[in-house]
Amino acid sequence: MHKLSSRMTPLLFIGPAVLLLLVFSILPIFIALGISFTDMNLMGLANWSQVNFTGFENYLALIKDKSFLQAIGNTFFYVIIGVPLAVISSFLIALFLNFVSNWLSTTFRIIYYMPSITNIVAIAVVWGFLYNKEYGLLNYLLSLLHMDAVPWLDDPFIAKISLIILAVWKSNGVSMLIFLAALQSIPNTQYEAADIDGANRWQKLRYITIPSMSFATFFVTVTTLIGWLQFFEEPLVMTDGGPLNGTNSMALFIYQEGFQSNQFGYGAAASFILFAFVITATLIQFKLRKSD
Amino acid sequence: MKLKNNFERSIIAGVLFVGGLLVSLPFIWMILSSFKNEREVLSIPPTLIPKNPTIHHYFELFQNLNFDVYLINTLIIVVFSMFGLLLNTMAGYGFGKFQFRGKEIWFGIVLMTMMIPGQVAMIPTYLILNKMGLTNTMAGIILPGLIAAFNIFLIRQFMETIPDDLIEAARLDGAGEFYIFFKLILPLSKPVLAVQVILTFIASWNSFLWPLIIANDESLYTLSVGLALLQDQNVTNYGLQMAGATFMVIPILIIFIIFQKYIVEGFNMSGIK
Repeated sequence: MHKLSSRMTPLLFIGPAVLLLLVFSILPIFIALGISFTDMNLMGLANWSQVNFTGFENYLALIKDKSFLQAIGNTFFYVIIGVPLAVISSFLIALFLNFVSNWLSTTFRIIYYMPSITNIVAIAVVWGFLYNKEYGLLNYLLSLLHMDAVPWLDDPFIAKISLIILAVWKSNGVSMLIFLAALQSIPNTQYEAADIDGANRWQKLRYITIPSMSFATFFVTVTTLIGWLQFFEEPLVMTDGGPLNGTNSMALFIYQEGFQSNQFGYGAAASFILFAFVITATLIQFKLRKSD
Repeated sequence: MKLKNNFERSIIAGVLFVGGLLVSLPFIWMILSSFKNEREVLSIPPTLIPKNPTIHHYFELFQNLNFDVYLINTLIIVVFSMFGLLLNTMAGYGFGKFQFRGKEIWFGIVLMTMMIPGQVAMIPTYLILNKMGLTNTMAGIILPGLIAAFNIFLIRQFMETIPDDLIEAARLDGAGEFYIFFKLILPLSKPVLAVQVILTFIASWNSFLWPLIIANDESLYTLSVGLALLQDQNVTNYGLQMAGATFMVIPILIIFIIFQKYIVEGFNMSGIK
């Protein structure tokens, strides 16, 4: 009896969590794969006999779907502009924070971290107001400099940039903390040794700081890249993919197909294409890291 | 790398100050605008400090816009997310301190779930909850978010640093497994749990997308969903919108400023260096 109970103990501890993960994380993957080969929609939800197996039809339709292709293009645009901006800006903030005295560093760390913990809807509400063409603060500030009003969210191209600015503002906090932890773990003796060798500041940055932070940089880059490939909440709450589909992303496309048009099969197929992009990008990064 | 030159140090402080001002500008604008009346909030040129400060918008949120209901729903989600955190902690302890068959495989499965994009699980999770009859219920909103693999992973890392002898000694004294967990392990885990509690609180307070998908009934909306609704309805009443946003953001900021020390320590502890 005692033996049995001691064998059961670990299962009692991990059981509830593992069970919930199986039901709400693992099982959904298989269901998503399954329904991506069907024409499941709202009618199928009520009556499963309405669901037909359609093979690769969804996938074939997707690669011909203009709005999906546009969403892929937009997503790449977000990744190519957003990832370097987010990584470099959080790196610079961390570097600067590391230079100033302790209490200044703590104060600014709080300020720069604040956007990361802020609710996305509240952000949408506030930034929507800032970006407003007529009443917004940003265009007013530009008018003080005698510059023309910018259609922040009304032009397909500028709206993409506006969303990137907002997302970088929001995402800097976490990456900054990771960089800061890495910076603080570099032993000061290395810099002292470099001083004796007469290294200048740039050389110290180039040969000590940046190499010592390679793991943090790798970690931040991978997570940032994965995050931007799934860029979703900002276009959802700010523009709903508009204007003219100009800010739509792959993740938002999946949401729109799944929950606004109730095309579950079609949306699930799109989600597997996104999944493939995420896995490919992650594997490439790990390959590059190994070859380093 | 230290700066020895005072002049350079003040330039860097200046750059940080300007950057900090830009970063906090939306917050300042939000708070100040929430106290302006409907006319002033749209006035051109905009005023910075409200001329006739009013807290009318805050009353409006609760008297006419059901923000009391949304607040209670949000708090319910927060409470249950803490129960989820307990389950995560139990799992982290189980993986960190026990040897059992299939442990590596199960832990591998837990880690795998971290790689799944949220959007892939979104549609099927909805279908599962629909089959269970849990759409448009509080349970449906809460259940999928209870467990987070990343939390289990972090907690396990911490658990592995607790000496085995300590647990063995308690067992020899005749303590039951759950007594050990609650009376010995949890108090020892305070540093890692402090971070988890704050991050879990922030995440559940901000929960938006899943309640939006699952809840059709306005009585189940969270603050974020209510605020999104407000944004759709009141296109021009920015004062009211800013009051709603301020109400969502300020509690989080206060809690964060009090406890931010632990979050930073938590990042340092997680060993990402």
